[in-house]
Amino acid sequence: MTAAAALLESDALTKRFGGVTAVEECSLAVQSGSITALIGPNGSGKTTLFNLLTGYDFADSGAVRFDGRAVRRPNPIALYRAGLTRTFQQARIFPQLSLIENMTVAVHQPWRAIVYPAVRRADRERAHELLEEFGLARLVEERAGRLSYGQKKLLEFATVLMSKPRLVLLDEPTAGVNPVMVEKIEERIRALHARGLTLLVVEHNMPLVMGLCDRVIVLDHGRKIADGPPAEVQHDPAVLDAYLGT
Amino acid sequence: MQTFVQAVILGVLTGGLYALMASGLTLVFGIMRVINVAQGAFVILAAYLSYSLFGHLGLDPFLSILLLMPAMFVAGVLTQLVFVRSLRGEHASEMSLLVTWALALGIEGLLSIGYKTTVRATNTGYANKSWTLGSYRFSEPRVYGFAASVVILLGLYSLLRFTRFGRSIRAVVQNPTSARLLGVNERLVSALGFGIGAATAAAAGALYGIVYPFNPGSHYDLISRLLSIIVLGGLGSVGGAVLAAMLLGVTESVVAVEYSPTWASMSFFAILILVLLVRPQGFFGLRERVL
Amino acid sequence: MTAIRPFGLVRGLVIVGALAAFPFVFNEHWLVNIGVFTLMYAALATAWNMFAGYSGYISLGHVAFFGIGAYTVANTFSVSSPLRGSAYSFTSHAFMSIGSGYRPFYVLPLVGLAVALLSVPIGWVALRTRAITFAIVTLTLLFVFQNLAFNLRGVTNGSSGLSVPTPNFPVETYERPFYFAMLGVLVLGLLLSWHIGRNKLGLMLFAIREDEEKARGLGVRTTGVKLVTFALSAGLTAMAGGVWAYYLTYIYPQFAVDPLVMIGSVVPVFLGGRGTLWGPVLGALILVPAQQYMAYRLGASELYLVGYAAVFVVILLVLPRGILPSLGDAYERWRYRGARVTVQPEEVPAA
Repeated sequence: MTAAAALLESDALTKRFGGVTAVEECSLAVQSGSITALIGPNGSGKTTLFNLLTGYDFADSGAVRFDGRAVRRPNPIALYRAGLTRTFQQARIFPQLSLIENMTVAVHQPWRAIVYPAVRRADRERAHELLEEFGLARLVEERAGRLSYGQKKLLEFATVLMSKPRLVLLDEPTAGVNPVMVEKIEERIRALHARGLTLLVVEHNMPLVMGLCDRVIVLDHGRKIADGPPAEVQHDPAVLDAYLGT
Repeated sequence: MQTFVQAVILGVLTGGLYALMASGLTLVFGIMRVINVAQGAFVILAAYLSYSLFGHLGLDPFLSILLLMPAMFVAGVLTQLVFVRSLRGEHASEMSLLVTWALALGIEGLLSIGYKTTVRATNTGYANKSWTLGSYRFSEPRVYGFAASVVILLGLYSLLRFTRFGRSIRAVVQNPTSARLLGVNERLVSALGFGIGAATAAAAGALYGIVYPFNPGSHYDLISRLLSIIVLGGLGSVGGAVLAAMLLGVTESVVAVEYSPTWASMSFFAILILVLLVRPQGFFGLRERVL
Repeated sequence: MTAIRPFGLVRGLVIVGALAAFPFVFNEHWLVNIGVFTLMYAALATAWNMFAGYSGYISLGHVAFFGIGAYTVANTFSVSSPLRGSAYSFTSHAFMSIGSGYRPFYVLPLVGLAVALLSVPIGWVALRTRAITFAIVTLTLLFVFQNLAFNLRGVTNGSSGLSVPTPNFPVETYERPFYFAMLGVLVLGLLLSWHIGRNKLGLMLFAIREDEEKARGLGVRTTGVKLVTFALSAGLTAMAGGVWAYYLTYIYPQFAVDPLVMIGSVVPVFLGGRGTLWGPVLGALILVPAQQYMAYRLGASELYLVGYAAVFVVILLVLPRGILPSLGDAYERWRYRGARVTVQPEEVPAA
C-alpha cells in the first residue's frame, strides 16, 4: 500500500452503541483517484463507518486521516471545506428551497459573504453547468420538494459537487431508483472519475459495483473481512460466507 | 455545620415534592415529545381545589389527593385530546409548548376570577408543627409531603415497571416507531400518559398547598424550576428528573441559608447553564439524534 | 426567493406610509396609544421572526432582551438610578439628561448594538441545544432574567421600579414621538428582515431550518449563522424595550420581563406566518388593537387573560401555518390547477 497516494485513511476505528459494536478496528485506505466500494450485508456498519469518516459521529477509538492530515476533532463543516463531502442514503435536500438555492447553499462562503445576495451570478453559472450535466437544468427554479425521489438523489449528488470536492462519499446512490436513473447515475460517476474525482461508494447493486470500482472493501458485523480488486473479492470465501449466511 | 445539615434536610424534603411534579412532566415528554407548560398551573389548580375542599368540607389535603388525582387524570386526558393531539407538522413539539402555555394563562385567569389574586395557604392543624431529632428540626407537613411524594413516585415506578401498560409506555418512550409496529396503541398511551402527568400535578398541588403559600401567578415560579429540572435531568428521564429535583432542593436551600435567599433559585439556574455547557443533553438525556 | 415574497418597494412604502399617517388622521390620545403598542408588538414580532421564523429555532426568552433594553434606557436617563448610589442622589444627576426629550431616541441604536453584543454569549450557550430543548432553555432564560430584574437591586431598584424623566412634549400630540420611534424600530426590523431574506445569511438560515445536519455537511457554519441572527434579533428587541421604558416613564421587573409580552410577540408571527416578511406585521395589526380594546373594555381584568389565552389557542390549532403561507398555498394550487406536469414522477420512492 502506498500511503502517499491514500486520500482518506482510517486506522483501527471502533464505535460502540451501548453493548453493540457497530464498527470494530476498521482500517481502510481510499487511494487518490480511485473509485472504492464499501459493501456488506445490512447492518454491517457501513453507514456508521460513513458517519465516522465524515465527522457526523465520534469514534470511540482509532484515527482518521484525510489528505495525509489527522482529523482530530471530526466536524462535517471543516471536512467539507477541506474537500470531503458525502450524500445520504435517503436523499437529503432542502425541500422548500428551489434547486438553484439548494445548489448555492453548498458553495464555500467566506464570512463576509453573508451580506451578499443569496444567489450570485458565479453561483448560478456553476449550478447551471452541473444541473445541465445531471439533466435537471429545466427545473432550476422549481422547489426541490416537488422533485421525484430519483431526481432528489441526482440533485443531492449535484449539490455536493458545487464546491469542487476531492473526495465524495456516496451512500447507496442507486437505492430505490429505476433502471434508467441507475444508468444515469453510473454515467455521472464515471464522468466525474475521469475528471479526477475520488469516490467511496456504499452500494448494494453488485453488477454495478463490480463494473465500476477499482477496489472493494467488505464489512461484516463491523469488521473488515476483505479488501482488494473486485475480481478477487468476488471469490473470497469469507465474503461468500457473509452474504450467504452462516 | 448545624445550619448546613438543617438546610440539606430541608432541601431534600422540598426536592421530593419537586421530583413528583417533574416526573409527570418529563414522562409526558418522553412519550410524545410534548412539554406541558401548564404543569405548574395544574399544580396550583390542585392546590386551590384542595384548599377549597379543606375550607368547605374540612377534608384533609392528604385525603383530597385521593379525590384530586383521578379528577385531574381525566382533565389531563381531555387536555391531550382537545389541545395537544391536533397539533402536527414538523414543529408540533414547539407548538405544544405554546398551546400549553396559553392553557396555563387560561387557568391562571380562571383562578384569579374564582379566588382573587391574594396569597392563600392550606392551614391544616399540623401546618406549623415540627419534630425535633437531636438538634435538627423536621417540619411535620414537609415530612408528610415528602413521604406522600415518595409513595406516589414508587407507585409510578411500579406502574411503569410491572404492568402491561407501563411496558407500553416504556416502549413508546424508547422507540415510537417500533412500538407502533409491535401493536402498541400510541394514541391511547399518549392520552393516558398525559393524564398520569396531570395526576402527579394533582397530588403535588395538594401537598404544595400545605407547605407553601400560593396565588394564581405562582405557576410561573413552579414551571421555571420544573423546566430546569427536566432539562438538567435529561428530557424524558424520570430518574434523571428525580435526581435533578433533589439537587435543586438542596442547592436552593443551602444557598438560601449560607448565602442569601435572594440568590437561591438563581444558583440552580447557574448550575443548569454550567451543565449545558458541558453536556447539552443533561444528566441522562440522549443526545439529540443527528441522523 | 421561495420562502420570502418579493418585497415590492411600492407595497412597503404604502404600508409604512399608511402607518406614518395614522397619528395625523386619528389624533385621539387613546387611539395613538393603541397605535404605539401595535407598532411595538409588530416590531417585537418582526425581530422574533427574523431569528425564530427564518431558522426554525423557537426562542421563548427574547423578552429578556426587551427588559435589558428597557433597563438600559431607564438607567441612562433616570435621576433616581441606584447605579449612582445614595451619595449622589441629592444632586440628582443622571448619566445623561433627556435634553429636549428626543435624546433617548438618538441613543437607541447604541442600546441595540450593546444588547446585541451582550446576547452573543447568552445565545452561544442556548444554541448548544436544539429544537424543543432550545425552546425550554430559552424559556428558562426568561425566568432567570425576571429573577435578576427583581434581585439586582443595584441596577433595577428591585420591585420598587425605576423612573425615567417625563419629556415635555406638547400635550395634544404627546404620543407622537414615541409612535414614530416605534415605527422607526419596526422599519429597521423590516429592512433587516428583508435584507437577510434575500442574501446568503437568509439562505443559510432556511437551510438550517429545513435540515441542519445536511447544512453542516455542506459546510454551512451553522453556529455562527444562528448567532449573528440571534444577536440582530436581540438588539432590535432591546430597542423596542428602550422606547417602551421611556414611554411608560416607570418600569417594574414583572412588566419589563413579562411572559405576556413574550407571548404577545410570538402570536402575531404564528397568525401572520412564520418566515414571511409581512406576516408578523399583519398579525400584530390584527391582534394588538383587538387585544388593547379588549383590555380597555374588560379593564385588564382576569377575564382578559382568559380571552387572550383562548384566542391564542384557537390560532395555534386552526391556523398553525399562518395567514400569508396559507394564502401562498392557495395561490400555488391555483397556479398549478389541472396541470400537474412540471415534474413527472419518474420512479417510485423506495419503500
